[in-house]
Amino acid sequence: MKLRLIQIAHARSGDKGDTANVGVIARKKEYYPILVKYLTVDRVALHFRGITFGKVERFELPNLWALNFLLHHSLGGGGTRSLKNDAQGKTLSSAMLRMELDIEESVSL
Amino acid sequence: MAAMRERIRIASGQGFWGDLLTAPYDQVTKGPVDYLVMDYLAEVTMSIMQKQKRRDPRLGYARDFIPLMERILPIIVEKGITVITNGGGVNPESCRDALFEIAAKAGIGDLKIGVVLGDDILGDLQELNARGIPLDNMETGEKLAVVAERLVSANVYFGAWPIVEALSGGAQVIITGRTTDTGLTLAPMIYEFGWKADEWDKMAAGTVAGHILECGGQASGGNFSAAWASVPDLARIGFPIAEAFPDASVVITKHEGTGGLVSEQTVKEQLLYEIGDPSRYITPDCIADFTSINLEDAGENRVKVFGVKGSAPTDSYKVSMSYADGYTSVGALTYAWPDALEKARAADRILRDRLSALGLSFEEVRTEFVGYDSCHGPLSAPETEINEVVLRIGVRGRDFKAVERFGMEIAPLILTGPPGVTGFAGGRPKPSEVISYWPALMPKTAVTPRVVLARGGAGAR
Repeated sequence: MKLRLIQIAHARSGDKGDTANVGVIARKKEYYPILVKYLTVDRVALHFRGITFGKVERFELPNLWALNFLLHHSLGGGGTRSLKNDAQGKTLSSAMLRMELDIEESVSL
Repeated sequence: MAAMRERIRIASGQGFWGDLLTAPYDQVTKGPVDYLVMDYLAEVTMSIMQKQKRRDPRLGYARDFIPLMERILPIIVEKGITVITNGGGVNPESCRDALFEIAAKAGIGDLKIGVVLGDDILGDLQELNARGIPLDNMETGEKLAVVAERLVSANVYFGAWPIVEALSGGAQVIITGRTTDTGLTLAPMIYEFGWKADEWDKMAAGTVAGHILECGGQASGGNFSAAWASVPDLARIGFPIAEAFPDASVVITKHEGTGGLVSEQTVKEQLLYEIGDPSRYITPDCIADFTSINLEDAGENRVKVFGVKGSAPTDSYKVSMSYADGYTSVGALTYAWPDALEKARAADRILRDRLSALGLSFEEVRTEFVGYDSCHGPLSAPETEINEVVLRIGVRGRDFKAVERFGMEIAPLILTGPPGVTGFAGGRPKPSEVISYWPALMPKTAVTPRVVLARGGAGAR
């Protein structure tokens, strides 16, 4: 089935220097395995091409039904160097939630 | 010390320098609290304060703190609430003296204030280098010598323990420099419940509570992505409160009758804010494992946080340094229908042509179209018939004159570029100084926090 990540997850993002972190949280416990299966490092790196110029790291927090992503070199230098409107990556959370997924499983939304 | 309390309430009053000024007043008047903690410091805040101190040796702290305290000081004295803040910046002693002055004015006598000093190592760098402490950039590996001439600030992140010392000395207000945000909240738990430094799970539980409180309203319904429109009455948002218990469980809540929302989802979003490896959240006090956190719904606007695991911290302090790194300038113009985006793109090309004809060069020139792609870049949906768009163009470079000259090239586009343009009320953009961040590590043995307690107020001098 096809869905948008925002239907099954919420998120928050922030900055550490030129690295953004994006925490993605499943809206229901049963959605968490979908996040683990489909939000791979490669899939996220592909999604953020043109925004993220460094590596992507992923960490699992099953206790919070959440994944934490580090997107390196994503903020135009970060801090006061950055010329970006969103120099702190505050909106990269919703950029993540735009992702369109085509999943094998059928979930109730 | 009196018998151990069964519960203490720690209220978040400020999440950054510039936060809602009414929040601390609401926290101390709308319900019971024992501690009010206020976090003021972000990565580059210390450099701003260092510059202010250079201009006036009595400045260099979060000046907002003083009028804010003027309003609440009589209340906190009457109710016996203790205030803990890192708003002392690079000049905690001046901040304290300013507070004594308002206490005297308000007729409050015998106020005891503790300050935590020793984090500012800007004057000690050569000596530290000579002692074999390099302070190289912990992320890039670059040598400190690369930026040594351009350093603006250098501060060690201290943890909870100097604050615990000040609490033990009877301080009613504690003003620190660069203390971790989480240490402000952990300290009263250590003090009240008599926790030992090597009770790592407890250190971690207090650290997690501190992480939840450190951004103020962002844990109680602000910036909430799961269901923003369902958050009640954000105009009167109640900032988060941690009810802490001796067994290291914590309930996150807010005062009754305030707006906002505390739910498992709002707490989860804040837990994931600005973290790296969640199994190793490193502070001077411990390493907290965020993958061990349990959350449980404990009633309306109440979330229990328990079972947190921790381990011993590293033997290093993190040092936050900053250095001058050139200039930026950003200008903006608004283009209206028809062809709003095409016209903004044309204006961008014209402007860039003119900059190169002037022989100006920059490290970076960046163009974004606010209303179209400034947030999500290439992920933005295809344009349809856009009503209006803001051309936002910025430059960064080492040459002040070139960056300044750029600012003079924006307004001329109004009469010499594409039509349907407006929004230049702010005047020419001026160059801003870039302050870049230089994180480093140093052995904990190389620096010692100093706690100074002083009495003042009405009749004290």
